[in-house]
Amino acid sequence: MTGKEYRTITDVKGPLVFLNKTEPVAFGEIVELRLTDGTLKNGQVLDTSDDQVIVQVFEGTASIDKQTGIKFLGDVFKLPVSTDMIGRILDGAGRPRDGGPAIVADEMADIIGAAINPYSRQSPDTFIQTGISAIDACTSLVRGQKLPIFSASGLPHNDIALQIARQAKLVDSDDDFVVVFCAMGITAEEYNFFVHDLERTGALENACLFVNLADDPAVERLITPRLALTAAEYLAFEKDYHVLVIYTDMTNYCESLRQIGAAREEVPGRRGYPGYMYTDLAMLYERAGLVKGKKGSITQFPILTMPGDDITHPIPDLSGYITEGQIVISRELHQKGIYPPINVLPSLSRLMNAGIGDGKTREDHKSVSDQLYAAYAQGRELRGLVAIVGEDALNERDLQLLKFADIFENKFLRQSRDEDRSISEGTLDYAWELLSNIDTKYLVRLDQKWIDKYHPTDKKE
Amino acid sequence: MSEENGVIYRISGPVVTAVGISPRMYEVVRVGDEGLMGEVIELHGEQSVIQVYEETSGVRPGEPVIRTGQTLSVQLGPGLLTKIYDGIQRPLPELEKTMGVFIKRGVDADGLDLEKNWDFKATAKAGDSVTSGDVIGTVQETKTIEHRVMVPPGTSGVIKNISSGEFNVTQTVCTLEDGNEIQMMQKWPVRTPRPFTKKHAPEVPLQTGQRILDFLFPLAKGGTAGIPGPFGSGKTVTQQQLAKWSDADIVVYIGCGERGNEMTEVLDEFPHLMDPKTGEALMNRTTMIANTSNMPVAAREASVYTGITIAEYFRDMGYDVALMADSTSRWAEAMREISSRLEEMPGEEGYPAYLSSRLAEFYERAGRVETLAGGDGSVSVIGAVSPPGGDISEPVSQGTLRIVKVFWGLDAGLARQRHFPAINWLNSYSLYPPSLDQWYRDNIKSDFPELRTEISALLQVEAELQEIVQLVGSDALPVDQQLTLEVARMIREFFLQQNAFHDVDTYTDLKLQYTMAKAILSFQEESKKALAGGAALEDVVNVPARTDLMRGRFESGYEEKIDKMLETMIKQIAETMEDN
Ligand SMILES: Nc1ncnc2c1ncn2[C@@H]1O[C@H](COP(=O)(O)OP(=O)(O)OP(=O)(O)O)[C@@H](O)[C@H]1O
Ligand SMILES: [Mg+2]
Repeated sequence: MTGKEYRTITDVKGPLVFLNKTEPVAFGEIVELRLTDGTLKNGQVLDTSDDQVIVQVFEGTASIDKQTGIKFLGDVFKLPVSTDMIGRILDGAGRPRDGGPAIVADEMADIIGAAINPYSRQSPDTFIQTGISAIDACTSLVRGQKLPIFSASGLPHNDIALQIARQAKLVDSDDDFVVVFCAMGITAEEYNFFVHDLERTGALENACLFVNLADDPAVERLITPRLALTAAEYLAFEKDYHVLVIYTDMTNYCESLRQIGAAREEVPGRRGYPGYMYTDLAMLYERAGLVKGKKGSITQFPILTMPGDDITHPIPDLSGYITEGQIVISRELHQKGIYPPINVLPSLSRLMNAGIGDGKTREDHKSVSDQLYAAYAQGRELRGLVAIVGEDALNERDLQLLKFADIFENKFLRQSRDEDRSISEGTLDYAWELLSNIDTKYLVRLDQKWIDKYHPTDKKE
Repeated sequence: MSEENGVIYRISGPVVTAVGISPRMYEVVRVGDEGLMGEVIELHGEQSVIQVYEETSGVRPGEPVIRTGQTLSVQLGPGLLTKIYDGIQRPLPELEKTMGVFIKRGVDADGLDLEKNWDFKATAKAGDSVTSGDVIGTVQETKTIEHRVMVPPGTSGVIKNISSGEFNVTQTVCTLEDGNEIQMMQKWPVRTPRPFTKKHAPEVPLQTGQRILDFLFPLAKGGTAGIPGPFGSGKTVTQQQLAKWSDADIVVYIGCGERGNEMTEVLDEFPHLMDPKTGEALMNRTTMIANTSNMPVAAREASVYTGITIAEYFRDMGYDVALMADSTSRWAEAMREISSRLEEMPGEEGYPAYLSSRLAEFYERAGRVETLAGGDGSVSVIGAVSPPGGDISEPVSQGTLRIVKVFWGLDAGLARQRHFPAINWLNSYSLYPPSLDQWYRDNIKSDFPELRTEISALLQVEAELQEIVQLVGSDALPVDQQLTLEVARMIREFFLQQNAFHDVDTYTDLKLQYTMAKAILSFQEESKKALAGGAALEDVVNVPARTDLMRGRFESGYEEKIDKMLETMIKQIAETMEDN
């Protein structure tokens, strides 16, 4: 596109540039800005009319002045996609960051992404073994699910995400995952941690990274996850890959969204975030799933840090309203030195029932999961009581449950960063072993037929 | 017509401003080179403001805008059932055929299959004088539902010709003396309620098979209910339970700004689920509207109107229709987004000032009516509400609660304890019992209302006792109060908790609900006697037959076994006295 260069900027406000009297510019069109010193910046049209055009500048508006030249590139944002992206590190705008050559496009894909026709979706029902007992037993993940990690600053969510990326596999299948990793405003240190780990395990060859770091342009972050998901869709639905998308940190993404809203002087919604944040997030999270007639799949692991550890904050709140459950990381468990510090009580996988049971994981899975949950919940509640009235006031059942809460945290939850437990022997059998610390008569959630079959001491041989 | 073709002046997301046309409010227009569908929502001097039902990126000022002369309407006639539509009644399977699995834009599709032939059976005959709403013939639309072909509103006269036979929905099946022709298909503008003769007070319950709903907080046929709750508390599961098990004739399920996979789930499940009333697949009575969270917001705004218009149409045939909208908050957010693009003066939390009147207008379209033809039909409306952070002091929850007569309040704490349905029995309410009680007396048991009062009272007492227990522990309570706590626990765990995913527990009919509630009170009464006779509370509450009675609800044929189980329990409780 050899469009004309305009020098008609009237206002610059935050990340936005306002200009007037141009050729008809398309909504969403990509813009190139040439600063007086020759620097190039990129932007996108947010509002267009015969009189005025509003452009959002990805790299920020520093040094832009009224002499800055603006060129409209005639098209909406498209990403060159090809299977060569696997093994590559790209920046937050999709350009090589690893010193390698530009991606030779097999196809140019619109990054906004069209909605999957709900009629064309296929219900996700294939269990993914993460090798992490807390997740596999209590909030089982299935292929095609979007399951965020609700964490907070200073907690090991990155370790957990990486462990999942390393270990995720299907039971009885060699199908491997390709990881699409999307960094939004994370620190260089966090980023290095990810890259080193992926390198160390050789996973980098099977991954595609889109990286926007803390000192990269904040507005660019609004594009980065869209690029990552566009790549994921291409790999999954054109090239039959099973894709695991990890993006971190959604909180930084939402901050950028808030910044644009403020610059446009929009009426803000709750706590200053735009009223359309739900829809905006849904346009990302809903790009997960399975589609009839296609072999590939997209499973999403968004990571977000809850400001002030507050789960009712708009970022986790709106996410929870869209995703299919959540894995909640607990500061309390972390402080007790337990890794992974997953609090299974507020965690939930809404697609779990479809993915577990006979022929998928094991017939007793649901029962065991319910029993673990109930016993741990009661045990934790009793801790509160004991703090007031002391252990002497407890009856035998309560004492056992109280003790079980510790066992659950220290044995079941706790595992090392490279410990990969299989669902059957590693997780469920282990759960039975730990549950046998409680008298069978108190294990009311376990069906008798499973006790007869799986209980380490009470089973009928 | 050249003056009818304007051009785009401005594009801001889903809102497009055009100049050079003077359309009517709510007229449908075609926007841009691709002819995207839009609706006029504001007239402003020279400018017409349009909300566009499809993605607008790439559209430029200067592209054409063309009037259609029509307001946003749905096609009504045989072929609505078993279908899944987007927010503007485009059948999703048709969209898949023309554009693959991703929804692209600029594609039109009729709501009804215009080619398909239906076996029309005339029920009126030449010489009959007919008027708006009169049924002139029928079509067996699905295995269980007979579609009643009606004279469209605004038409009347004497029939000149009418004949049974194979027709598609656009062919004339009936001609009137004045030359007016009637086809099976009608069109109706979605934002206008369909006419009826008069509204009646609801006096029949919508039976749902959900114990806490039917027994404590019933909804009437033609009534309105709101289900607010934080994420993951059970709004969707509850709505789906109602779609599955409620004894409506027709179900309209609107997925409004929610998850794609949830619609897929309904599509997968309903064809295999059996309607307890007819023994046929539930899909036969269901129409679905799916405008998921990532589909265009303007079409999301329209989706609830599309749904309720279809519901009213079946009501006009004399059916009881139940409509679920999940979630009305997403609808309100669509209004908010469009309003803010229009730069309207915002009301509370950025919602437009007309939010509460739109909510009221929507729920007002529910009701039990005398149809134009003199029959009895109803639309019951159940709206999910998704308050930010679960706090219902926000505008959508408050606007809804001012209108609806039933409040099923979902509670994050109960959901976390895995007490499902997580409906808080202390703050939920229904205003219908006074008008329904006669029905219960006549159809279930004469003391049904009194039993309900007793059960509610026990739950209230428990809440008060719990406050004391928090301070001193339950052992400090007198034994009769400890028993009350035990009875209340039984109400919660045995009666109120109901597992939607369990084959048997998922549905309990009203008679069995009555029997179960009665069994709880028998337990209380017998235990009191035993305690008075010197039995120990521990022994009384732990009689094995009580566990059997409670677990029995998971077994099929429970209604035949429960009396026997109750008898055994009573006997065992009495025996606890002898042990002492
Ligand atoms: N009646 C029930 N029986 C068993 N489980 C239930 C029941 N109701 C809810 N649940 C559990 O709670 C989970 C969340 O329920 P649901 O999806 O209906 O929440 P929601 O309120 O619609 O959330 P959102 O606002 O995020 O859509 C379900 O996946 C299921 O595990
Ligand atoms: Mg829901």
